[in-house]
Amino acid sequence: MATNVATDVAGTAAGYTPGEMMAVTASRELRDGEVVFVGIGLPNLACNLARATHAPHLVLVYESGAIGAVPERLPVSIGDPALVTGALMVSSMADVFQCLLQNGRIEVGFLGAAQVDRYANLNTTVIGAYDHPRVRLPGSGGAAEIAIHARRTIVVATLGIRSFPAAVDFVTSPGHRYRGTDRRALGMPGAGPVKVITDRGVLEPDAESGELVLTTLYPGVEVETVRASVGWPLVAREPLACAAAPTATELDLLRRTLDPEKLHLRA
Amino acid sequence: MSMHDAIAAFVHDGETVVIEGFTHLIGFAAGHEIIRQGRRDLTLARLTPDLLSDQMIAAGCVRTLIFSWAGNPGAGSLHAFRRAVEGGTLAIEEYSHFGMVMRFAAGAAQLPFGVLRDYMGTDLPVVNPAIRTVTCPYTGERLATVPALRPDVTVIHAQRADADGNAQIWGLVGVQKEAAFAARRVIVVVEELVDSAVIRADPNRTIVPGMIVDAVVVEPWGAHPSYAQGYYDRDNAFYVGWESISRDPAALDAYLDQYVYGVPDRAAYLAAQPGLTDRLRAGARVAAGVNYGY
Repeated sequence: MATNVATDVAGTAAGYTPGEMMAVTASRELRDGEVVFVGIGLPNLACNLARATHAPHLVLVYESGAIGAVPERLPVSIGDPALVTGALMVSSMADVFQCLLQNGRIEVGFLGAAQVDRYANLNTTVIGAYDHPRVRLPGSGGAAEIAIHARRTIVVATLGIRSFPAAVDFVTSPGHRYRGTDRRALGMPGAGPVKVITDRGVLEPDAESGELVLTTLYPGVEVETVRASVGWPLVAREPLACAAAPTATELDLLRRTLDPEKLHLRA
Repeated sequence: MSMHDAIAAFVHDGETVVIEGFTHLIGFAAGHEIIRQGRRDLTLARLTPDLLSDQMIAAGCVRTLIFSWAGNPGAGSLHAFRRAVEGGTLAIEEYSHFGMVMRFAAGAAQLPFGVLRDYMGTDLPVVNPAIRTVTCPYTGERLATVPALRPDVTVIHAQRADADGNAQIWGLVGVQKEAAFAARRVIVVVEELVDSAVIRADPNRTIVPGMIVDAVVVEPWGAHPSYAQGYYDRDNAFYVGWESISRDPAALDAYLDQYVYGVPDRAAYLAAQPGLTDRLRAGARVAAGVNYGY
């Protein structure tokens, strides 16, 4: 991804990378006091950035059982011991999934994916056929049930013609439409992916069809660049918003405090 | 009991084996002993197959993997696992975390299946026919079901236990309790053997009672490169380094030769890595006790 347009425009000219812009945009989606189910990687960084800036009372819930975690170092994994030290509660995984997630207590779920499709279905299972995969990915983890139960989900993924196909190779975590049926008709309690935050802009589902449309561009990015990076005829919803660039404070937190070793924000 | 004797007595070829622990307290010492003793055709069940599962697959111990997330958390892929799946040499049975949790919970409760509101709109039931549905007799709602999982043996790593196997865990507790109660046999591996009075002084912390435990093994640093809260940190450098080791089958074999087959036990494994314990030993964040009086 080092040569993509966003790097050239946003990275070199404006002094931040597409990854930093994604993390900052994702963190701004969180409201203070919300209960967030935190996934591994960039979502982890975005949640801890939000907690360090505008949302100090964010309640971080990790599927490992740490609830109200206040990690003093950026957790390398979602089972990091720093998530336990100082947490409000440590619960069993049976309680995390039954008493919190299925109970409807999770307000925001954060998910990443190798593939995101037209209806925001997510694939983290296989590229190619399930029985003879070209690439075997890790699988669901808790993602399937997060996508079903969280009151809303936010997806973070890097744009690309292979990572944003018209239809994913395997639906690990449901979006807005599965084999022609709307998620509400399938009985899913949560609203599903309300935003897909990419490295060049933000996609949101159309209220009627559930299809992802472009709603926000990052500074210096053209609509055609995004359109060329997805596998369906992407609709841009006018008027398009332009996301604010990262502030100096946000960049400083990301670089000096939250991810100084660039575990999540590889250049 | 020594690790050698516990594995020899309670883990057999062809059985369903669970070594649980969610990032925390993964029983590497037990898994390495299973590799050394050359167990074959195991069905390995675990929410998050990680480096230990990758090593056991590479060593030829595993016929079938039951799981919900197989990766190297925060660091990359499990390449032995990927080679085996992409090459068609490993059978898999795949769920999500919630599904695996409910499989263990049903096994622990001696019910035939677990029930959950899940899997609608996903392809998991398409590729795993064991994920089914049931109609609620009270509301008419269609709910997902998963079959109970009853391992032949579950291995739990804990911070401490007494000689009877009353085991205490603090920090992330994962599904260890359910996985232990679901099993026909239970091996408890601990960092520290303590007097029963220590257990009785703080009974809320006991996760697995001695009544279901078949063997207690004392194995300090037995979860490395995973961690034990209050004892040692996760060896993140090793997890990151595993990406290049497991990507190269020859490097993986060399690792197993040096650190698994090449050592008789965990003490020798530690002796072969000078400086490791100083690097990872936990700092102090001690909780105040509570009054159990009445």
